[in-house]
Amino acid sequence: MAMKTESRRILKKLVKNPTAMLGIFLLVFFIIVAILAPVLAPSEPGKDPFKMLPAKTAEGKMIWSSNPIAPDSTHPFGVIGKYDVWYGVVWGTRSAFKIGLIVSIISSIIGIIVGSISAYFGGWIDEILMRITDMFMAIPFLVAAMIMTTILGKGLDKVTIALIIFGWMQVARLIRGNILQAKEEQYVLAAKALGIRNFWIIVKHLLPNTIFPVIVQISMRMGSLVITAASLSFLGVGAEIGYADWGTLLNYARNYMMQLDKSWFAVVYPGIAMVLFVLAWNLVGDALRDIFDPKMRA
Amino acid sequence: MVETEKITAREEVLTVKNLVKHFPIRGGVFKTIVGWVQAVDDISFHVYKGETFGLVGESGCGKTTAAMTLMRLYNPTSGSAFFGGRDILSIRGSELRGLKKNIQMIFQDPYSSLNPRMRVKNIIAEGIKTHHLASGRQDLLDKVADMMKKVGLSADHMYRFPHEFSGGQRQRIGIARALAVEPQLILCDEPVSALDVSIQAQVVNLLKDLQNQFGLTYVFVAHDLAVIKHISDRIGVMYLGKMVEMTDKRSLFNHPMHPYTRALISAIPIPNPELKKNRTILVGDVPSPINPPSGCRFHTRCPIAQPICKEQEPLFEEKSTGHFVACHFAK
Repeated sequence: MAMKTESRRILKKLVKNPTAMLGIFLLVFFIIVAILAPVLAPSEPGKDPFKMLPAKTAEGKMIWSSNPIAPDSTHPFGVIGKYDVWYGVVWGTRSAFKIGLIVSIISSIIGIIVGSISAYFGGWIDEILMRITDMFMAIPFLVAAMIMTTILGKGLDKVTIALIIFGWMQVARLIRGNILQAKEEQYVLAAKALGIRNFWIIVKHLLPNTIFPVIVQISMRMGSLVITAASLSFLGVGAEIGYADWGTLLNYARNYMMQLDKSWFAVVYPGIAMVLFVLAWNLVGDALRDIFDPKMRA
Repeated sequence: MVETEKITAREEVLTVKNLVKHFPIRGGVFKTIVGWVQAVDDISFHVYKGETFGLVGESGCGKTTAAMTLMRLYNPTSGSAFFGGRDILSIRGSELRGLKKNIQMIFQDPYSSLNPRMRVKNIIAEGIKTHHLASGRQDLLDKVADMMKKVGLSADHMYRFPHEFSGGQRQRIGIARALAVEPQLILCDEPVSALDVSIQAQVVNLLKDLQNQFGLTYVFVAHDLAVIKHISDRIGVMYLGKMVEMTDKRSLFNHPMHPYTRALISAIPIPNPELKKNRTILVGDVPSPINPPSGCRFHTRCPIAQPICKEQEPLFEEKSTGHFVACHFAK
């Protein structure tokens, strides 16, 4: 059937594209790490695994000095600010997925709702919604996110809220533009002529024909959102102290910036994780864009 | 004979009175209205039960706008249209949705009129579901299959997507979608002008068959006089947002009263190279509907125009039984 051939076509294109395969491979790798986090880096039983505890020596003693410890057999990625970098990188993968997925999905839903209402009904509704969107866009994103986290307080959940509040506008604009174009199509007029309710016209006729660029954008944003969250953590307004998050690890490394020979591992390992995570999403996003672009269809 | 039946029945299904649709032109920083496109300007006509009323005119004369406004896809500027005892131009909400079960529309472009991401089954079923015309899943499927057979499609193709069909087949899907809600009146907006000539005849004949089968009434919008002549019982001729002539097919083609209608009819090609025809060639372009000419809108191109045509707008009057014309010199 048609739908099957369509999905088979998409699958075939993905498999044939080496960069897309690399992206998918990296993504699968990160997903496996996130799932296996309790195995790869066991946490203390009965405690929140995202709250990092001071690392222990091979003999099981707590480390009290906050000086960096170079990688060894007990701490494969070393220790920074009393915390095990390996543990932070492994559990940080989960944090990255959590932030990326929650923020991009919720902000996209908000964007889709605002954009489609704006475009479909037009007139003063469009005018009001778009001016609100402009207002949000006029505020520099990082500054806005920092102010939000200072108001809401520290913590990854607060960062998530801040990123959602200041992250829906691009999607709203994108979907608005697409729907403005699609709503002139005769099948939309036909649906109106049949007396179908506006809600269903948007959901069943307009969104299926306009949402694919948004899906591409979501996957592209997944990576950059993690960077933004990490930069907030790095600046000290993101995750709380000791939270298993890549940015937090980098924040500890900041204190030893002048002695990179002693603390290089605290920059390199979380850094590699972040670079690969962003790369994975961008490659997948590129592949999706190629697939959904009708002009690229052969 | 069908025709005598229609003449004796003569029940008006749709009565349009003084329909006006003006589109605002916005400009400037504050998007203020700087002008109006007078797409449809004060037209009146009536459609009898079971007949096909052809609406003809060149591009931009407002015939499609008139159909769209009657379907309530555009909000009318003013005027009224009576259907089933109600003014369909003023109803709203659930009553309006109910009306859309009784009046349906067939669209011009078979490519743009079907949602490319919906299966044929869902396209046809949507209206049935919206108006609760099926008593269950199986009944719905049966109705869709039945509808597809009636328009000459195979019910096996129910789960296909529109792009798997040809233009003519797609138009049949559009007809099935309109017919599925069991309407009384169908507004056909140039349903065949995007199709090949060979396919046009098939679709026009299908529409005629369906009309006989279900007792449908059509308002058939077209710019092709040959098609209009083939399908219509009565015809309205529009020019620049105005109805200039309205009568039954025979008197329109045998005895056209308005100079514009005469020019249109003389432009129909005759497949006989020997025959020399006396063509009335209209000079100039259609004036802009933003700034229509004063008086009679046709006076700028009219071969028999007199000073009065520029000053005074002719009334749309019944010059002989059932033959309405808007011209100072109609005879």
